[in-house]
Amino acid sequence: MQQDQLIVQLQAGNERAFERIYQLYSESIFGIIYTITRDKNVSEEILQDVFLKIWNNASSYNSDKGRFFTWILNIARNASIDKIRSKDFKNKQLNLKSDNFVDILEAKSNFSSKIDAIGLQKYIDILEPVCKKLIDLLFFKGFTQKETAEKLNMPLGTVKTRNRVCIDKLRSTVI
Amino acid sequence: MEDINEYIQSGILELYVYGALTEAESAEVSATLKQYPEVQEEVAQIENSLMQLSAAAAPFNPEQLINSIKQKLSGSEKVIPITRKKSSVVPYIGWAASLLFLLGLFVLFNRNNELQNSVQALQAEKAQMESQIAEARNNAERSQQLLAVLRDRNIVRVPLNGQQVAPEAYAIAYYNKEDNKTYIDAKDLPEPPRGMVYQVWSLKMQPLTPASIGLLDKFEEDDNKIFELSNSNLSEGFGITLEPAGGSETPTMEQLYTLGTVSSS
Repeated sequence: MQQDQLIVQLQAGNERAFERIYQLYSESIFGIIYTITRDKNVSEEILQDVFLKIWNNASSYNSDKGRFFTWILNIARNASIDKIRSKDFKNKQLNLKSDNFVDILEAKSNFSSKIDAIGLQKYIDILEPVCKKLIDLLFFKGFTQKETAEKLNMPLGTVKTRNRVCIDKLRSTVI
Repeated sequence: MEDINEYIQSGILELYVYGALTEAESAEVSATLKQYPEVQEEVAQIENSLMQLSAAAAPFNPEQLINSIKQKLSGSEKVIPITRKKSSVVPYIGWAASLLFLLGLFVLFNRNNELQNSVQALQAEKAQMESQIAEARNNAERSQQLLAVLRDRNIVRVPLNGQQVAPEAYAIAYYNKEDNKTYIDAKDLPEPPRGMVYQVWSLKMQPLTPASIGLLDKFEEDDNKIFELSNSNLSEGFGITLEPAGGSETPTMEQLYTLGTVSSS
């Protein structure tokens, strides 16, 4: 749900609204940042920066342009990509074994309690390989429809319809 | 309704939540979403499932990080008052200095004006003095000339005595036969009435023939009342009559003021 009232309060500089926004979005945003950077400490730094930006620039969000979640998503993806392109980060990161969010889910499920592991495993099982690729590029990496079509060598319209099917499957597991 | 279902099924709403659409396409979906509650509901469900997926990819729930973020929030708020205290004395000194400077400028401006005024007054005075000196020099030159005239050995002094109309009147003619000039000293002639002028006549006695040798022009304005007239006649006497402005062809004998004859030398 888009918390319209909450966003108005945030834009007015209300700290309690900010805390509520943090509770709602921080874990999802943290997952996005971590998928891009693969570094827990760096991800924590970036998450803090992202929420400071949300606080400072809240007034620049306009619901006519898109969802509030999408707005935050863009801030987080841009901050993360800036970080992994920076020199000090490249030197530190010798090997990025994992390719997409699925690896993280798999690794995580191996260390989690059984109940959590089942929850994570269902994402891994239900999503076809193409869905994993589509969601990774479009959602976690922030590729545009056109960029995704080129990357996966897929017609533009197919990206849209195939992704729709993938998200439908995802929704069937969530609800 | 069918159109809206088609719209939902098209997959555009998923791309919208990703932020994978162009700005124009996103704005279009935003507008549609506000118009149709079912579109809004669909978008909310897509968003919710994606948020759960990415949350699953988070290494842990970062709940505790809110505290350090909030410290940075309040820290940034306190920045404003600190910068104010610093600047307590400096701006006042600055204002005072600029006020003094303005005052000084004003005083200097006034002083300059005064000086300029007195310079102008002095220059006017100087010009006046100069013209007075020039005048005095002219007067002196004229006096020298007159003196030279009077000392000339060819000069004949002819007193012209008052006649019936003005017994008190008196004038002297200095007659120079050689250079055809006659000087009239009219110091003791009364000022002529308005519109009238003295006319000087050279006279031949046998028979009495007057010939005009000139007018005593600007009588009132002439300080020494000595007039230089050219006279080529062989004069035996001189008469001065009062005539209408511009003079007359023949003398008006009723207005004969002074008269005198050249005594044979």
